[in-house]
Amino acid sequence: MPSLIDLRRRIRAVKNTQQITKAMKMVAASKLRRAQDRILSARPYAVQMQRVLRSVAARVDPSIHPLLTSRELRPDSKTLVIVVTADKGLCGSFNTNVIKAGAHYVLDSANPCTLGLVGRKGRDFFGRRGFEVLFDQIGIFQKLRYEDARVIARDSIDAFVSGKVDRVVLIYNEFKSVISQKVVVDQLLPVARADVDSASAPAAGDQIDYLYEPSPQGIFDELLPRYVEAQVYRALLESNAAFFAAQMTAMDTATKNSADMIGSLTLYMNKVRQAAITREIIEVVSGAEAL
Amino acid sequence: MQLQVVSADRSLVNEQVDEVGIPGAEGYFGVLPGHTPLLSTLQVGTLWYRQGQETHYLAIAFGFAEVQPDRVTILAQIAEKPDEIDVARAEAAKKRAEERLAAPVMDMDFERARIALMKSLVRLQVASRARIRS
Repeated sequence: MPSLIDLRRRIRAVKNTQQITKAMKMVAASKLRRAQDRILSARPYAVQMQRVLRSVAARVDPSIHPLLTSRELRPDSKTLVIVVTADKGLCGSFNTNVIKAGAHYVLDSANPCTLGLVGRKGRDFFGRRGFEVLFDQIGIFQKLRYEDARVIARDSIDAFVSGKVDRVVLIYNEFKSVISQKVVVDQLLPVARADVDSASAPAAGDQIDYLYEPSPQGIFDELLPRYVEAQVYRALLESNAAFFAAQMTAMDTATKNSADMIGSLTLYMNKVRQAAITREIIEVVSGAEAL
Repeated sequence: MQLQVVSADRSLVNEQVDEVGIPGAEGYFGVLPGHTPLLSTLQVGTLWYRQGQETHYLAIAFGFAEVQPDRVTILAQIAEKPDEIDVARAEAAKKRAEERLAAPVMDMDFERARIALMKSLVRLQVASRARIRS
């Protein structure tokens, strides 16, 4: 039977842990709010971008642009798989899920794959297991900037245009709600025709004939890389918000679990104390009887 | 007409204005209500808009402008309001860019240095205009 002092010590340790998890939950909650705001504030840009892209695409022949051409997949054509994980853990199954999805994608794919890794957890996992890695980005979630998305988009576009890879997919956690994240696999390059087709756009604004400066083609050339950047940026923001949501939930559970643990430990401690008192009384009583 | 200026991470301006001046790829152009629909890429430059007697300035670099008779939408890669501009940093960037352009070395990226210089100049210009007004 453990001694009273040992039990007290354990209870104190659990209480300390509980305080830490509680604080982490609160920090994650406030960061989550900020991350959500950022998703919202990035939305107008993405929406307007899509509108302009569609209206231009209606006027130029999109098939001639390299970022739109889907190439025939030969057995040896490569796919670049960009896996967005977090830099830190303590967030439940957030990283595991997205890594698992990434590994499945690579192993199930008929074509060879090369990886682009965002976040320390992904790099650690895939780097250690000898996967082919084209680039990695570590520590960008500390202070996420649009520039970071631009670097990733540029690397992907370069690899795609130079023919090193024939397809680029993006795997990340989408922020659905505070309690649920969903791993999604998005095709980044070639840009999906559905995103560009003007048929799915609301017709009213698109009937206007624009003047173009410089040329429709010139604008299109500018617009597509920006569009890819915006998509990467959105994925990073989503993943960031999802991370804090996952961390918050995980820390909330941890706080609850430690409360349960404190409860049962306290109960056990009281039993031990009662047993000790009872034993002492018996000793006194039997000592008195012996006299 | 309605002016909306958005950059990648936020929306800066969403207001009713009387006139807009835009740094287009082929030079500055002014937009009054009823302008013919126009799509243009943007350069590094100053974007200004007028509301009655009051004129506001923004530092802009790259992106797109979409003009419709009753609406102007600016999708900027970089857009800053005067009070957000770090003058000291812009000064430093200007000096750095000037030095690099003055003493060219082999394999130097001239275009990059030139853009850096223009960005810093535009920032300083916008910041100083705002200071004069206040």
